[in-house]
Amino acid sequence: MIAFLVRRAATLALTLLAATAVIFVMLEVAPGDPAVTMLGLNASDEAVAALRAELGLNAPPLERYLAWLAGMLRGDFGVSYTYRTPIAELIADRLAVSGPLTLYALALSTLIAIPAGVHAAAHRGRAADAATLGLVQIGVATPNFWVAMLLVLAFSTGLRWFSAGGFPGWGDPLEAMRALTLPAVSLALPQAAILTRVMRSALIETMSEDYIRTARAKGLSERQALRRHALRNAMIPVLTIIGMQFSFLLAGAVIIENVFFLPGLGRLVFQGVVQRDLIVVKSVLTLLVLAVTLVTLAVDAAYAAVDPRLRARRR
Amino acid sequence: MSLLRIDRLSLRIGAAQVLRDVSLHIAPGEVLGVVGESGSGKSMTALSVMRLAPRGVAEGRVLFEGEDLLAASEARMCALRGAAIGMVFQEPMTALNPLHPIGRQVEEVIRLHRPDLDARAEARRALERAGLPADRVPHDRYPHDLSGGQRQRVVIAMATALRPRLVIADEPTTALDVTTQARILDLLRRLTAEDGAGLMLITHDLAVVAEMADRIAIMKDGEVVETDETVRLFRNMRHPYTRALFQASVHQPARRARPPGDEVLRAREVTREHVSRRGLLRRRTAFRAVDRVSLAIRQGENVGLVGESGCGKSTLARALLALEPLQGGAVTLCGAPFAPGAPPERRRHVQAVFQDPYDSFDPRWTVARLVAEPLHMLRPRPSRAEARRRAAAALARVGLGDEALDRYPHEFSGGQRQRIAIARALVCEPRLVVLDEAVSALDVSVRARILDLLAELSDRLDLSMLFISHDLHVVRAVTDRVAVMQAGRIVEEGPTERIFSAPRHPCTRALLEATPDLERALAARAARAPHEKEPAR
Amino acid sequence: MRLSPALVIGAALSLTAVGLAALSFFWTPYDVTRLTVAARLQPPSAQHWFGTDHFGRDIFSMVMVGARASIAVALVAVGVGAGLGVPLGLAAAARRGGWLDELVMRLNDLIFAFPSLLLAIMITATLGPGAFNAVIAIGIFNIPVFARVTRGAALSLWTRDFVLAARVAGKGAARISVEHVLPNVANLLIVQATIQFSLGILAEAGLSYVGLGVQPPMPSWGRMLNEAQTMIYVAPWFAIFPGLAIVLTVLGLNLLGDGLRDLSDPKVRRAR
Repeated sequence: MIAFLVRRAATLALTLLAATAVIFVMLEVAPGDPAVTMLGLNASDEAVAALRAELGLNAPPLERYLAWLAGMLRGDFGVSYTYRTPIAELIADRLAVSGPLTLYALALSTLIAIPAGVHAAAHRGRAADAATLGLVQIGVATPNFWVAMLLVLAFSTGLRWFSAGGFPGWGDPLEAMRALTLPAVSLALPQAAILTRVMRSALIETMSEDYIRTARAKGLSERQALRRHALRNAMIPVLTIIGMQFSFLLAGAVIIENVFFLPGLGRLVFQGVVQRDLIVVKSVLTLLVLAVTLVTLAVDAAYAAVDPRLRARRR
Repeated sequence: MSLLRIDRLSLRIGAAQVLRDVSLHIAPGEVLGVVGESGSGKSMTALSVMRLAPRGVAEGRVLFEGEDLLAASEARMCALRGAAIGMVFQEPMTALNPLHPIGRQVEEVIRLHRPDLDARAEARRALERAGLPADRVPHDRYPHDLSGGQRQRVVIAMATALRPRLVIADEPTTALDVTTQARILDLLRRLTAEDGAGLMLITHDLAVVAEMADRIAIMKDGEVVETDETVRLFRNMRHPYTRALFQASVHQPARRARPPGDEVLRAREVTREHVSRRGLLRRRTAFRAVDRVSLAIRQGENVGLVGESGCGKSTLARALLALEPLQGGAVTLCGAPFAPGAPPERRRHVQAVFQDPYDSFDPRWTVARLVAEPLHMLRPRPSRAEARRRAAAALARVGLGDEALDRYPHEFSGGQRQRIAIARALVCEPRLVVLDEAVSALDVSVRARILDLLAELSDRLDLSMLFISHDLHVVRAVTDRVAVMQAGRIVEEGPTERIFSAPRHPCTRALLEATPDLERALAARAARAPHEKEPAR
Repeated sequence: MRLSPALVIGAALSLTAVGLAALSFFWTPYDVTRLTVAARLQPPSAQHWFGTDHFGRDIFSMVMVGARASIAVALVAVGVGAGLGVPLGLAAAARRGGWLDELVMRLNDLIFAFPSLLLAIMITATLGPGAFNAVIAIGIFNIPVFARVTRGAALSLWTRDFVLAARVAGKGAARISVEHVLPNVANLLIVQATIQFSLGILAEAGLSYVGLGVQPPMPSWGRMLNEAQTMIYVAPWFAIFPGLAIVLTVLGLNLLGDGLRDLSDPKVRRAR
């Protein structure tokens, strides 16, 4: 099992390296000179040249790429062109919003989807199942930012339970959670719909396996067979989707943070794009890719924990 | 009183009448063999007793120790299943939960019904009784660590752990090799005899029931056509279907002796390795599936290749068909080297028929196009009209008319499909046809007709055949010469009659002994019969 | 053959969306480029079914015209993804374990390592906003999806006896891929195409919502929602109708995909 995980980690490290190269090249070909962006269009050519030299923009691309990688490994992401502050600090600030938001949404989505999927599968073909499937179809089709707008309409203007946006900081954790609730719900609902469908179909498929019939022949009731034998087997595809959703939620947060004016990573990257602060964009994107990669590894570890065949194959 | 009495059981699922007035009974300690071809309703009868059949409308009565199971509550059925009635299924590879250790899966049945017992100790005992002592097969192993036979032992341990009064075994050995089959059947017989339990043994194989059963019920199209005590049933065979089944089981196609001609195909020291990369450094590890095998087939000669699953016979077949590169040795076809990339003019001389008639055809092609597929190897290429004419001729040779040409494979039965596959193999007039388990998936009566067809074709067309099978009867019926394979090597080779009458290699002998033989079983029974007590009614 | 309700409803919704988009080239109730300040922010009425926006434009007409951008971007992105992904998947499966297979799988890993929407935002930001770049940004994710689906299905087909029979009949890998494999994965690909189509519509809406999709003055659903957001308290209909248009179109495509899958899946068909 350890060997399996080490091998996966090695593959993922290579993927990560390739991803940094892609990010670097992409931003390299992006139009706009950061020095001009920082100094404004009226700056003199000498000033721009001086700043370019200061930022190390004149070195050959490969050298800058390696310097950038080496910097990141030390935790030094460089200095933002527009904010003029170390990017590491910027990111740490923003992560305090985006991290909890993503996890909150993931928790909500999982907590809604697993019971809903199991319930629908257990009552396959009956009213509860049909109703769940209908809601799933609508949920899957709904863009999360529209959910966000409807939630704002309902809860912050109509019912006035939640604020329509902004973030008060973690000084008052309860207030902070309240500010994150509507964003998290809007992120979670469409994802919960997808996950419910996966859970339901995985469970239904598992229930038709031969070993479920064996379990029934032992004297287990249908419900017992589902709980003791089908559920864990059905969790294998569900885990994959949960892992993929993490990546989706991180990205979806970009738009949702804009809807709710949350000072998260998404807004940081978006502002970086608009203001051509490419070094911020580069760093945040790399960080998000790292997060996705780590989650993939965690999902692999979870696989190995659930499935003895996987543990054995790589022994 | 009967242990189990099925009384005029009918079952309708949707529009299909699956069972019609089925009546059977089993006494304590008795072995009832239920025999039938696919679709005869034998498995549905078993599942109906367990009340695990797909939802449908059931009529009649299923009396277990006097209690009507069809009227019992689901809770009552849960209490009976596993405790009073145990069941063993056909496919041991999928019958166990892949995520639970085997010991725990056996413990579960004990915990469920007898919380008062020490589940761990009982499970240990049950597995040991089924031939899986913990010191040889640790009980914390997972199913994927075990062979098919071992997994079937786990299922049997589960079914018999609580010493049920009735055990239902649904084709318990169909997925297993003959030597494993013999041991599993032996185990089932021994365990049920020890416990005095009734055994309902469902199979398609008359020879198996002839060896195992006290009484036999023959099923066809959802009905029991004949049931009697074993020896008497075979002696009288009152129903025509029973006779047909018996004749098909012992069928020997008529063959003409032909002097072998020139050599068609020769394999010299052929070696095939499966390479896999594994481990942290992805080291190459090679598994030698075929190990320096030499074999020659002459014009008009039928050669059999037998061995258990995994012995390398299918890998050898693919090597002889030049589908995969060799790691050693060479194959020559009609005197010229034959390897992947061989020119079509050479490749057309050897064609093949595969096992699964449902998998052998692209479902989106018409029969005309399918049968004509090999024709593109001919030079010059036949025109479209010519290809169709040749396809029709090939179909006529296997007994199918022109109306088949424009239909799709799913419109045909398994036996008809295998005829179409043979037509496809013959269409470009090859000199050798490789038949890889070509009749294994067919019901016995269909199989007999296909064997007749093959014997006739090989005589009429002076065709050579390489007949690969795990079924010794089939090979004996249609071949002149047999090679026995074990662990990638040919361990014995010789004229068919000599191999069957005087096998030399222990592997050959073991295969022959384990193969159920209807006539041998009946002879043994007849010899034993005077001393055998009449089974209880 | 009985058609499932999912298929009928899905086809109806999808055709309505496509039909309205097509109709908008010739006729809309009002001109979407004409600003009528006097008629601004009117709630839905007999004259303006979906109400008007802050410039007095008819929202129903804008929704009709907006469908063009969504459908065109998503459709072309599916074309890009399938056009490149399917051949890659077929080739990877035909030479299982070969260098191409390895390359396809690694590129697959690489693209999936990026949060998709974020990369799309990056691409449009780098190349500049606009419909064409939105197509590239969305299409790039469709390539590995189609490659993976094709490869997976093709791999299992390559183990089938009928492919073996074609090899015995002397056919090469390319020919088998075209004659046997592709037709047998086609159903699956059509279903996947409807799924990617609906995801493309959602992604296009997201991109234009943040201002990186189709540029003004062409209306698009996403940007309408963006503009509506600031007025959500005074003109909620402005936020509701473009959103409903997205939901119903995507719902229609998803139902259509499900219906097609049930139609082509022999397991489901037999159970009917």
